Amino acid sequence: MFSGWHLVLLPIALVMLVPLVWMVVTSLQTLNETRHYPPTLLPSSPQFKNYTDVLRDTPFDRWFINTLVVTLASVVGNLIFCSMAGYAFARIKFFGRGFVFLLILATLMIPFQVTIIPSFLIVRKLGMIDTLGALIVPNLVGAFGIFMLRQFFLSLPIELEEAARIDGASRLGVLTKIVLPLSGPALATLAVITFLWTWNDFLWPLVTIYSPQNMTLQLGLATFQGAHQTSTNLLMAANVMTVMPVLIIFFLAQRYFIRGIATTGLKG
Amino acid sequence: MAEVTWDHVTKQFDDVTAVQDLTLTAADGEFLILVGPSGCGKTTALRMVAGLEQVTSGTIRIGDRVVNHVTPRDRDIAMVFQNYALYPHMSVYKNLAFGLKERKTPKVEIERRVREVGETLGLTDLMKRRPAQLSGGQRQRVAMGRALVREPVAFLMDEPLSNLDAKLRVQMRAELKRLHQSLGVTTVYVTHDQVEAMTLGDRIVVMANGKVQQIGRPQDVYRAPANLFVAGFIGSPPMNLVRASVTDGQIQAGTMRIPAPAGATGEVALGFRPEDLELVEEGSSFQLAVEVVEPLGHQVVVHGTTEGTLVDSGAQEEEIPIPLDGARTPVTAVFPPDREPVPGASLRVTVPPERAHIFDLRTGEAIRP
Repeated sequence: MFSGWHLVLLPIALVMLVPLVWMVVTSLQTLNETRHYPPTLLPSSPQFKNYTDVLRDTPFDRWFINTLVVTLASVVGNLIFCSMAGYAFARIKFFGRGFVFLLILATLMIPFQVTIIPSFLIVRKLGMIDTLGALIVPNLVGAFGIFMLRQFFLSLPIELEEAARIDGASRLGVLTKIVLPLSGPALATLAVITFLWTWNDFLWPLVTIYSPQNMTLQLGLATFQGAHQTSTNLLMAANVMTVMPVLIIFFLAQRYFIRGIATTGLKG
Repeated sequence: MAEVTWDHVTKQFDDVTAVQDLTLTAADGEFLILVGPSGCGKTTALRMVAGLEQVTSGTIRIGDRVVNHVTPRDRDIAMVFQNYALYPHMSVYKNLAFGLKERKTPKVEIERRVREVGETLGLTDLMKRRPAQLSGGQRQRVAMGRALVREPVAFLMDEPLSNLDAKLRVQMRAELKRLHQSLGVTTVYVTHDQVEAMTLGDRIVVMANGKVQQIGRPQDVYRAPANLFVAGFIGSPPMNLVRASVTDGQIQAGTMRIPAPAGATGEVALGFRPEDLELVEEGSSFQLAVEVVEPLGHQVVVHGTTEGTLVDSGAQEEEIPIPLDGARTPVTAVFPPDREPVPGASLRVTVPPERAHIFDLRTGEAIRP
């Protein structure tokens, strides 16, 4: 069980844990304690009221719900549209398939900073600026998801699909009744990756959202940092509450997450 | 129930012609076997009937209907795949019911048919299991059941027994034949195993390089192979083929002389089946130097050599290099079990003239009297 690797991994794990622990510790300190030098490692008396202060002074619950809506919509959208597109690229022969697929892959190589202004213009044309729609619609489908699912679908035995077609299933039937039920690990991986990415996204919401009631958690966190003063303890309390769902999801799904990354192409 | 017809069907994959100008009809209720070495186009011919491949030219008919542009689901055929292609996430029951459900069969009807097929194939106790929890033979039966339950006009089978071990294969072969006899549904069956072809088929179609070599009843194909390829392919152990020359109406092969059929001239290939060799004391014959003896119980297979030159039929998928000095050729003989020669012995054997097969060396076609 305990191998030489653990000697290496254990210190690394500790280093990784420090910021997390410090965040939790700071969130329980008074503002004065946070400014203490050298830093105090344990709060003298845990200030749980920091958490209630955050919930009282900011529309934190609203941000949380906004983020949840945006994230869930993105996850569901990615699962539906990426699997449909991925399946088409994997199995349906059509003119220009290879070229179009290459184009989609190529978009993975363009940094977001380059497309942010055109994206903004499009979203504005759609009349979605400062609405949750601005955060949901552009994220309903992604090149990465299409690519990942296509690779996975290619690895499924094609005879299963042929048998289903002879049995009388339509293309959509083959996808929903045969292919998707066998793609659990790949779909779970895509769901987790999309969840983490959307939950943590900051730049795009920053560009498209400005009303406090439409903000996501990440934007809301930024509002704690004032030009003249930052209530670090409150910021960290909000941080803890923001990170918690991500940690929970990660622990529940890490099996898929790691397996999906390591072996996208695993047989169902 | 229906006929299945290929009418001048050609299938081209990029620059490879998988099937060339195939014209063939599986009669209503017939068990038709497509047999040939891998890559001969037999599977492609089958997949075109299923609608899994489009024809490049020609027409495919099921019954009176041209199905070239009909989707697989609307062809009303069922297919059994080599690897069974059972849906891994469904129970046996759901695997069997899937095709009926997709066709909106009433639930009561689905239950009745699945139960019936389950009883026929001995799957009743396995209905709740997943394919992963089944043995190879059980999976094979579920795959058969999935085809049966649909009650299609024709069955298409792509090497359905090749993943089974030898003993099970023999059992399932008989089971298949029994099923076909009781149902009488047109069946097109693809195999590379010529024993399966011989035992199962009403007629067999020997294919090579995308072309039909011979069509006929198994015994007819065995008794009178149309060309060198069929001669070398059908029969186990395969037919011996040696070079011979025709002079004065006689075929001379080594020291053996037999009467030549009309039309045979110059250099020919002389073929004789291992079991047709007869031990003789004297007369027109040749010496067989025994090298390996395989007693099988009901017969004895003898591998040896004799003077002469081997003729390649092109039917052996893998050439086994046999160390020979140029003037000798391998010969296989099958004798009754009471004869068991020892390695190193020399046997005097002959071929009864009526059992000899003569082939034109250039065209490979059989020369018949």
